[in-house]
Amino acid sequence: MTRYDAIVMGGGLVGSAIAYGLAREGLRTVLLDEGDTAYRASRGNFGLVWVQSKGDGAPHYQRWTRRSADEWPALAAELLASTDISVGHERPGGVHLCLDETEFEERRARMARMQAEAGNFGFDYRMLDRRELADMLPGLGPSVIGASWTPYDGHTNSLNLLHALHKGFVEKGGRYIPNTTVGNAEVAPGDFRIPTADGEIGAAKIVLAAGLGNASLAGLFGLNAPVRPQRGQILVTERAQRVLPMPMTTIRQTIEGGIMLGDSQEDVGFNTSQKPEVMKTIARRAVLSFPWLRELQIVRAWAALRVMPPDGLPIYDQSERFPGAFTANCHSGVTLAGAHANLFAPMIAAGALDSDLDLFTARRFDVPAAA
Amino acid sequence: MFRLRPEGDPATIAVVVEGRTTLVPAGASAAAAVLLAGFRSIRETPVQGSERAPYCMMGVCFDCLAEIDGVPNRQSCMIEARPGMQIRRQIRARKVDPAA
Repeated sequence: MTRYDAIVMGGGLVGSAIAYGLAREGLRTVLLDEGDTAYRASRGNFGLVWVQSKGDGAPHYQRWTRRSADEWPALAAELLASTDISVGHERPGGVHLCLDETEFEERRARMARMQAEAGNFGFDYRMLDRRELADMLPGLGPSVIGASWTPYDGHTNSLNLLHALHKGFVEKGGRYIPNTTVGNAEVAPGDFRIPTADGEIGAAKIVLAAGLGNASLAGLFGLNAPVRPQRGQILVTERAQRVLPMPMTTIRQTIEGGIMLGDSQEDVGFNTSQKPEVMKTIARRAVLSFPWLRELQIVRAWAALRVMPPDGLPIYDQSERFPGAFTANCHSGVTLAGAHANLFAPMIAAGALDSDLDLFTARRFDVPAAA
Repeated sequence: MFRLRPEGDPATIAVVVEGRTTLVPAGASAAAAVLLAGFRSIRETPVQGSERAPYCMMGVCFDCLAEIDGVPNRQSCMIEARPGMQIRRQIRARKVDPAA
C-alpha cells in the first residue's frame, strides 16, 4: 500500500482547489479523478466569480462567498507565477440586469435584505437606473430598466483555472491518478484505504469532493451529501472585440472575446441534453438586454449539471464517526475556489473545520418534518 | 504550395482572395480558394494575433475563419465558392457596433 497524508476524491474544481491547497500546506496528497463518464460540472460552468446574488437569508454563505472572492486575486497571481497559466481573472464589479419593474423591485428588496443581514461585515451595492447603466454598458437595450451593482463580482476562464490547479498541484509534489472510480473503501477513524488500478492507497485524511458522486460516496464515511443535479444551459458567440466592461449574472464577455449567455435552472435528473425552447429563451433575453448581440453567431452551446444541495448552500463536514473524512459540496466551484484553496485546505491540514463553517453542516437537513 | 489535381474539374469559378482573383473548380470551398491563391494564412487569432490558415477543412477547427462578402468570422471551409465572392483576412476579433 502507498501511504499519503491526504486523499482527495474528485478532480474537478472543488477537489483540485482543495488538493492544491493541501499540497501547498506540505501534505503528501493524492488526487483521484474519475474520467469522461463523470458529469464534470467543472468543464461546463459559466465562469463567474460571483458574490451579489448569494446568501440571501444565509449571511454565513454571503461571508464565505465574499471571503472567497477576496482570496481570488492572490490565488490567480500565485497560479500564474507557479504554473505560467493565466486564469484571466478580472474583478471589475458586476451587475444584475432587470427587464421590468417587478424584477427591479424584487432585486432592490433582496439587496436591502442582504445588506441588513451582512451587519458589520458590510455589503456595498447600488441600484442603478437605466440612465446610469447606459453609461456603463455600451448598446444597452431599451428593455433594461435598471440593475443592481456590487464591486465584489468578477469572472475568469474556468477551464484555465482547472488546468492551472492541476498543474500547480503536481508541481507542488501532488500525485494525480485519473480514470479512477471509487466504489468501495476500507474506512476507520484516521485510516482510509482505497483500491485503485495502481494498487491500494491509504491516508489519515480523505476529502470527498466528487460533485454529484458525493451523494453515494458519503455514506461509506459516515457523512451525508444529499446533492442533486440541476441542469444549466449555455450559449457562446463567436469572439468579438471587447465591448462589455463587466460581467452580468447571465451575460459575460470572456477575456478572449466570446460572449457567454446563460443560464437555466432545470430539474431534469441526470440529463445533459439541450432544449431549443430553453436556448431560445436565453438568446431572447440576451438580445433584449443588448440588441447588437443579434449580429453575432452562436458557435457553441452545451448543457451541464450543477451540484445542488437541497437549500442551494454548500455542505462542509468532518465525519463524527470517522474523523479525518471531510466532505465539500457546492454548485459554485469557480467562485469558491479561492476559499477552498486558501481557507478550507488549511483547515483540513490542521484537522478541524473552523467554527465559521458550522452552519454548513449537512446536519441542518436532519430536521423531522412537522406533522 | 497547393495545385489542382489534373484529373479534377477545371477551375472555372472566379473569386477574389484579398484582392487576388483566383479560379477554382465548381463546388470548391472558399478555404480551398484561399489555399489555391497561395496565401500562407487567412486570419490572425483574436488574443495573440498569430497567423492561421485553413487546417481541418471539415468545419471543426475554426482556423479558416475569414471575412466573406463582408461578413466576419465565417468558416471558409464550410462555404462554397461563388463567382465574384470576396474573401478577406479575418484580423483578430471581429468588430461589433453597440450603437447600431
